Amino acid sequence: MPERPEIFHDIAPRTDVVAQPLSTWQRIYASAAARKAVLLVVLALVWEVYARRLNNPLLFPSFSSTVSALFESLSSGEIPRAAGYTLLLLIKGYSAGLLLAGLLTALAAATRWGSDLLEILTSMFNPLPSIALLPLALIWFGLGDGSIIFVLVHAVVWVVALNTFAGFRAVSPTLRMVGQNYGLSRPGYIARILIPGAFPSILTGLKVGWAFCWRTLIAAELVFGVSSGSGGLGWFIFERKNQLLIPDVFAGLLTVIVFGLLVENLIFGTIERRTVRRWGMQN
Amino acid sequence: MQPLLKVDGVTLQYRVGEKLVTATYRVSFDVLKSDRFVLLGPSGCGKSTLLKAVGGYHAPAEGRIVLNGKAVSGPGPDRIFVFQEFDQLLPWKTVTENIVFALTASGKLARVQALERAASYVEKVNLTEFAHAYPHTLSGGMKQRAAIARAMAMEPDILLMDEPFAALDALTRVRMQEELLQLWEDTKFTVLFVTHSIPEAIRVGNRIALLSPHPGQLKAEVNSPTDEARVQELLFGGAHA
Ligand SMILES: Nc1ncnc2c1ncn2[C@@H]1O[C@H](COP(=O)(O)OP(=O)(O)OP(=O)(O)O)[C@@H](O)[C@H]1O
Ligand SMILES: [Mg+2]
Repeated sequence: MPERPEIFHDIAPRTDVVAQPLSTWQRIYASAAARKAVLLVVLALVWEVYARRLNNPLLFPSFSSTVSALFESLSSGEIPRAAGYTLLLLIKGYSAGLLLAGLLTALAAATRWGSDLLEILTSMFNPLPSIALLPLALIWFGLGDGSIIFVLVHAVVWVVALNTFAGFRAVSPTLRMVGQNYGLSRPGYIARILIPGAFPSILTGLKVGWAFCWRTLIAAELVFGVSSGSGGLGWFIFERKNQLLIPDVFAGLLTVIVFGLLVENLIFGTIERRTVRRWGMQN
Repeated sequence: MQPLLKVDGVTLQYRVGEKLVTATYRVSFDVLKSDRFVLLGPSGCGKSTLLKAVGGYHAPAEGRIVLNGKAVSGPGPDRIFVFQEFDQLLPWKTVTENIVFALTASGKLARVQALERAASYVEKVNLTEFAHAYPHTLSGGMKQRAAIARAMAMEPDILLMDEPFAALDALTRVRMQEELLQLWEDTKFTVLFVTHSIPEAIRVGNRIALLSPHPGQLKAEVNSPTDEARVQELLFGGAHA
């Protein structure tokens, strides 16, 4: 081994390199929204090219004709009216489901009997597709919004309650002891320790519940609309198919998709960024 | 002098399946005001369990724990815990908000005064630059400093520290011990400090209780600073027991 001299460096403290701003390119490249936007444009292009080569508007209309059908239905006010109707039902069903889920979880958090009840009910009803309850709901509640809201509540309640309660149970023992240490009351403990501690899991429940709810609603309108002629998006799609206005059918489906993307990315995405990501509880 | 905390013949047990496991057996000691009282013993001798009993999380099977003349019956803000785990800060609150949470949740201060006190304790532990950072962006040592600031801001009758520096690297650990002693010079708080490191016990404590291995029994109480070899002998040599 050769003899090596010891080395000493004179270093000045460089506080300027500890926290550096990102360049514009780094920022665009890191932005999920930018990447997704690029992918969406590519998908639309593929659709357009394929539809033009197929050249059969009755089977598969092109992206451009779908978009122009969409703009027509938008400006005539048909899609906004249908979407508004669907949205109102959605909000009613979703919030009723959340309310019921909140009650069930509170019961489960309070007593052993409550948690057993929640376990039994979720294992019984969670595997049951909500739409399968529609015929029964129609008998019980008749042809009206009541039946649809009933199946929506079923679509939301189990998954939200299950995720919330599982989240409560997963809150670390250390955090629980911290909560008790500062003398919180029982409701204070639930509101200030358990709910924020379980928030990643609660948010997952809310998202999955929303997706179930939205799908069930469109499906229910498709089936239910047949007999009543109420004006939701599902009904819009069904009716246009009967009239063989296929670009309109696609426009209706596109609305369903765009709406889903908006809620997922704008509403839930924003909540996620402001909460669990900022807190480092989810990456 | 009337002891602040009296641990009197305390036996602590866990139920494991069909069996009762004894963690500590008839342990007695007194902690005076402004003591830096260290519980020292090998791993598994029941130090954490004893501290949890003082914290009110674990009821003794035998004996009494008395704080300020009142028997301990449950957790409360007059005894504040600092844990070994890094996840003791609420991840959804910044350093300052963690302290404010402690002060307001316990009904100790209103928000405005709590903010003031939080700022002064954040400064005491040298975290001013990170006052508004979320815990996941801090290093392990900074998290423990924040937890200590939160506990000290409560100005409890007694601080309960369960190996707060054990998960830190050796360099940071020594620095944190020194910082703790400086803080003590400031306010002369009372602390019950658990460790299984002899050098740490000697550096931090003014009085050290030595516990035997499983089940933990009190072997000796010595004044500190003292000699490492002597503590070693008392802990592991049977002769003085
Ligand atoms: N939750 C529990 N359930 C059952 N037994 C437990 C539990 N916690 C601890 N014990 C037992 O009690 C004894 C004392 O444990 P304790 O955690 O108090 O030890 P310790 O002195 O803090 O050890 P360490 O230095 O490793 O932290 C151990 O033998 C352990 O097996
Ligand atoms: Mg321990």
